[in-house]
Amino acid sequence: MTITVISHPGLVLLVAAALLAVTRGGLRALIALGAPLAAVAFAWAMPEGIHWRTEFLGVETAPFAVDKLSRLFALIFALMTFAGALFALNQERRVELAAAFFYAGSAIGVALAGDLVTVFVFWETMAIGSTLVLWSAATPAAYRASMRYLMVHLFGGMLLFAGVAGQVAQTGSAAFGVIQLDGLHGWFILAAFLVNAAAWPLSAWLPDAYPEASWSGMVFLSAFTTKTAVYVLLRGFPGAELLVYVGLAMVFYGIIYALLENDMRRILAYSIVNQVGFMITGIGIGTEMALNGAAAHAFTHILYKALLLMSAGSVLLVTGRRKCTDLGGLYHSMPLTTTCGIIGALAISSFPLTSGFVSKSMISQAAGDGHLLTVWLLLAAASAGVFLHAGIKFPWFVFFQKDSGLRPPDPPWNMRAAMLFVAALCIGLGIGYQPLYALLPYPVDYRPYGGYHVVAQLQLLLFSGLAFFAMLGWLKRTLTITLDTDWIYRVLFTRLALDASRATRRGLAASERLGAAAGRALAAPLRALLGTQGLFARTWAVGTMGLGMLLMLLALLLAYYVA
Amino acid sequence: MIWRLFLAVLTLSVLAQLFIDAHPHFAFERLFGFNALYGFLACAALIVVAKALGVLLKRRDDYYRD
Repeated sequence: MTITVISHPGLVLLVAAALLAVTRGGLRALIALGAPLAAVAFAWAMPEGIHWRTEFLGVETAPFAVDKLSRLFALIFALMTFAGALFALNQERRVELAAAFFYAGSAIGVALAGDLVTVFVFWETMAIGSTLVLWSAATPAAYRASMRYLMVHLFGGMLLFAGVAGQVAQTGSAAFGVIQLDGLHGWFILAAFLVNAAAWPLSAWLPDAYPEASWSGMVFLSAFTTKTAVYVLLRGFPGAELLVYVGLAMVFYGIIYALLENDMRRILAYSIVNQVGFMITGIGIGTEMALNGAAAHAFTHILYKALLLMSAGSVLLVTGRRKCTDLGGLYHSMPLTTTCGIIGALAISSFPLTSGFVSKSMISQAAGDGHLLTVWLLLAAASAGVFLHAGIKFPWFVFFQKDSGLRPPDPPWNMRAAMLFVAALCIGLGIGYQPLYALLPYPVDYRPYGGYHVVAQLQLLLFSGLAFFAMLGWLKRTLTITLDTDWIYRVLFTRLALDASRATRRGLAASERLGAAAGRALAAPLRALLGTQGLFARTWAVGTMGLGMLLMLLALLLAYYVA
Repeated sequence: MIWRLFLAVLTLSVLAQLFIDAHPHFAFERLFGFNALYGFLACAALIVVAKALGVLLKRRDDYYRD
């Protein structure tokens, strides 16, 4: 048993996180690149089955359980950690990489958890790890955003705790399988998962917090939290119809907010919500094709989103600017970053020959197979919309449009190498998709490159491009943000709290005045009774007092008999 | 120049539909240029909706000075 426990890919990264915090120089680089590669190898080689059973508070737990679905996610999380570590190697704030490894190791811990107690534990350590990644940006804005982020995720953790406790009490088992929505606990668990998936209206934490991370931090943040949520939804709630509507809402919310956005990394943050929406729609459809599509899309999405954020992170590092209004024309001096950004943009748009095409088309196919006409039409419209908001908008406003006059060079070698590595995977998986299909949870009977698929997708995307350039005037960037649901807790709740405190202060002042008035009114009668010449302060004869005592004793006696 | 090239690619993508045998899920997908028209209209609609929502929800980007 001990041998297999040591080969838990998440544990490898957690140990590496501790080592990264105390090492420097070449040794540190060796651990940063070696540990994720070891984790990839372990995730690849680990046999299916439950490798570790234990007991916690009388509940049977299985912290290391492997099947095809958990292997797929453990593998991509480990691979992503490698690419991210390579990219972040020259990050000066050394705590960030350690935090990112802690975060990534926890995400793999969720993916390999055979029971809900283990899921909960790693769910919380993930929240801590990601908050530390945000902190290491070390700006006041990042700190404030991280506190809001932490509140949302601790709230989600509370929902999960309540749900898991209910599930264990109800069924007597913490095993993590399909969860029934027949009681409050099931809904609690679903709600907790949806908080981390950034499902609308619980989505605003993502575009609020992630873009405040450092140039390398957001690359890690984009990969783990939402995709772990996709994983647990795949396992816990496949075919839950509600998820179709939640997913479609996310898809369009992401597009529309990204179209309005000016900050290049917030555009990409909204497009994470958009892409996770496709996956959640697939989980809601719930057929084998749809679930395969959702899982495959999570895998490819992690890579191309990382690529997009690496190119955005490179721009941020060399220019120090984030806003589209301040950028433009960077292709002159950053050819490699531009090319990699475009490859990421094509992949997220599901262009044929890129990884996004072979995964997303499975979800549409599943909607068509099920004759879900409305869902199919909305997914097709959304596919066109992805090209609009991420596929063209991001590269156009950052690397082309007007010439901002900036001529920064491409970033250092390790960042270029990381981008090339991930770009190669994005194209490689688009052409040689069979290894990915072989990893999916269900057998795949699907050919992505049917002539009809390719032509239909090309028409959809190219005419989306036509719409972009034809309506470019309407898309002109302005120095604005767009109010999102976080307005409710950032502004409305603050206002309500301030109003409440003002009301309390007013109430206190009023009661003080009332007390003073009452005191004044009572002063005269009280003086009459208790003053130096008052009723009780006068001298009384001994006989009168004796009579008083007698009467009191008599009253006591009477009371005794009556009772 | 780039515009002409782009228009040529657009035309090609529509014409290509004539040379493949479609086996779509829904009958309307057989319509000539359906995906092209649908993609364009969907995007135009998304831009219009975004623009309208922007009127209501856009704020200066220093709105949250908390």
